[in-house]
Amino acid sequence: MNALRNYLDKIKPNFEEGGKYHAFRSVFEGFETFLFVPNATSKTGTHIHDAIDSKRIMSFVVIALMPALLFGMYNVGYQHFHATGAEGSFIEMFGYGFLAVLPKIIVSYVVGLGIEFIVAQWKKEEIQEGFLVTGMLIPMIVPVDCPLWMLAIATAFSVIFCKEVFGGTGMNVFNPALITRAFLFFAYPTKMSGDTVWVSGDSIFGLGKTVDGLTAATPLGVAKVAECPAFSWDMVTGLIPGSIGETSVIAIAIGAVILLWSGVASWKTMLSVFVGGALMGWVFNTWGPDTAIAHMPWYEHLCLGGFCFGAVFMATDPVTSSRTENGKFVYGFLIGAMAIIIRVLNPGYPEGMMLAILLMNIFAPLIDYVVVQNNISRRAKRAMSNN
Amino acid sequence: MANLIKLRKGLNINLKGKAATELMSVKEPGFYALCPDDFTGVIPKVVVKEQEYVMAGGPLFIDKNHPEMKFVSPVSGVVTSVERGARRKVMSITVEAAAEQDYEEFGKQDVTRMDGTAVKELLLNAGLFAFIRQRPYDVIADPTIAPRAIFVSAFDSNPLAPDFEFALKGEEANFQTGLDALAKIAGVYLSISASQQAKALTQAKGVTLTVFEGPHPAGNVGVQINHIAPVNKGETVWTVDPQAVIFIGRLMNTGRVDLTRTVAITGSEVKKPAYCKLKVGAMLTDVLAGNINKEREVRCISGNVLTGKKIPVNGFLGAFHSQLTVIPEGNDVHEMLGWIMPRLNDYSTSHSYFNWLMGKKKEYVLDARVKGGERHMIMSNEYDKVLPMDILPEYLIKAIIAGDIDRMEELGIYEVAPEDFALCEFVCSSKMELQRIVREGLDMLRKEMC
Repeated sequence: MNALRNYLDKIKPNFEEGGKYHAFRSVFEGFETFLFVPNATSKTGTHIHDAIDSKRIMSFVVIALMPALLFGMYNVGYQHFHATGAEGSFIEMFGYGFLAVLPKIIVSYVVGLGIEFIVAQWKKEEIQEGFLVTGMLIPMIVPVDCPLWMLAIATAFSVIFCKEVFGGTGMNVFNPALITRAFLFFAYPTKMSGDTVWVSGDSIFGLGKTVDGLTAATPLGVAKVAECPAFSWDMVTGLIPGSIGETSVIAIAIGAVILLWSGVASWKTMLSVFVGGALMGWVFNTWGPDTAIAHMPWYEHLCLGGFCFGAVFMATDPVTSSRTENGKFVYGFLIGAMAIIIRVLNPGYPEGMMLAILLMNIFAPLIDYVVVQNNISRRAKRAMSNN
Repeated sequence: MANLIKLRKGLNINLKGKAATELMSVKEPGFYALCPDDFTGVIPKVVVKEQEYVMAGGPLFIDKNHPEMKFVSPVSGVVTSVERGARRKVMSITVEAAAEQDYEEFGKQDVTRMDGTAVKELLLNAGLFAFIRQRPYDVIADPTIAPRAIFVSAFDSNPLAPDFEFALKGEEANFQTGLDALAKIAGVYLSISASQQAKALTQAKGVTLTVFEGPHPAGNVGVQINHIAPVNKGETVWTVDPQAVIFIGRLMNTGRVDLTRTVAITGSEVKKPAYCKLKVGAMLTDVLAGNINKEREVRCISGNVLTGKKIPVNGFLGAFHSQLTVIPEGNDVHEMLGWIMPRLNDYSTSHSYFNWLMGKKKEYVLDARVKGGERHMIMSNEYDKVLPMDILPEYLIKAIIAGDIDRMEELGIYEVAPEDFALCEFVCSSKMELQRIVREGLDMLRKEMC
């Protein structure tokens, strides 16, 4: 450890202003603060600080994503072996999924962090950790057959136009991972929906087998065009086709526990998304139109598609969600309700979670405005009554 | 029984190095210095020359805007230096204490026969008005504005804070006289903690008594004002620290300015944390030297770890401080992969660290590291949890950063002082310098309004 520290101290001057590798200052700084907690001491204000920093928070979100990611890898393999009829052990299935998902993670991180490094260098700032989470979310919310080049373009678009132009992590209006998905969804709809993208039909390094024209629809897709699939425990465990990380309710629940316990995500947002979704699902069950998807029981709505994943990992993003405590209830409730409304009433898209969250991202400042205005008028009233 | 207000929001940071309730004798410091910067909002005009002799209670400088406001020497002796910084700004005025102290005589007063104007004039003349601050702006009070009320918080809830009941021993009469004098100017609100039992507090006369219970910042006068009678736009209230009330009482009872404070010497790097009697502005070399652990580089703070001022080991006691804290500087620490380690010895309010396993009794040794890079505001609801005021701290901070004066007013900047945001700054995961931001906001507003 000391040797590493000494080495870093030795090469550090090269990266400072006027040094040989000054162009890589942000990269060096990023790695240095990653390896060692910065030893800068406070100059103004409080002399002591809480040990928490945004690196810790972001790494906890990534840790919370791990169960869903690992299960997603297994499920990619499972779906492949299942659909192609190939025989495979657990290890082979996981290995297949691992090899299918890993390139997406790498592409997402390389593209996104690359842009972050460049922007940090250009703006003479430190690298912001926000993309650690975004970069992990992006591969988890796309279908397994999404081509890497599309992923790269969408990630670049989202990081630049959804985040950096607004001023970086903490200033963005929309959730960057969802913008990536929305970009893919509207720019390349054939690779993001339908029944050919959810299960991979290629073999990877000899694992699995190649089947042309393999089709497998997600339960929500089925409900849209045919009849509502009956509730099964596979919908809870996650052994159904879907985007890579979104299928398993159990794995996502483990993540939710981690997020709530560590206080990174707000229970208010998370709970109210489920309440909103359940209530709207029930409303459609009772009074809805006579379509298969409207007849889908409310609890099935909550298990399927990206509902859980969105509620736990996307809606709770502190930057793009409501920032006031009362606002969080409204914000979450409307996301849940809106997701089900889009699912049921929209003829085109089987899934509504992404659009619901993005829509509420726009309205979050409005919700906050009402709460803040409330505080302001209370203060004004107090001043009036005193004079 | 007095009004009881229970606060739930807040945070007590349990640090190592709490002062034992015993008085330690220290060598009389040879030098005393007043730093005009301690008296926020004052533009100093020095009225003494170097090598001039001043009496204890004799003026060293006055406020340019209010020449009647004097800032007096705590001791008698020769002015050894008037130190100036960039653009000839007065940094400090140092007096070498004479062996024999002579005091400027202001005459004993019978407070009951005085009126508000007489009290104010005496305080201005004797340099004790300088210890009265005002809200809005958290600056030294403007003597031309009549305050709506005067607030005194009789307890300090900051980390390792001195126990005012200990300082009060033997000064009960002076404290009551001080309160009586202030009550001549405006109604006095005295806030005490639920654990304080001293009769001089619980049975203080001529004041409105409120009892506060809860974690820090329950002792912050700003929080108390917010719960008792919040400051509205256009109103002014004064705040006085309880030891300054004793100064006022002494002036009335003895006719002399005696700026002796009971100071707690605290912190993990202090060998024997205890109390001692020191006058405002005392040089701390003899107080600290020999009582500090020498193994590591240390940071000496006049005041507490949240709001205090960093001083050199041979620095001077700040005008408003009744506490000295010494903590490790920590710039020699290189913690590897800290963002993923459990870090049991480090303190965090977040459950993403596991220090909660150690129980609430554990005393922490925290150093001065920021432990992270500054970011934009990312997490929400961090500040709200530690600010028991009817204020939306995130929005107020954002309004200040944006320089939006109307918005600052609407969101209640008149009610706050930088110290109220100290805990927010401690817990902030984006490591924003909130106290600096709030100070700048208040200065901006004051410039605009005056």
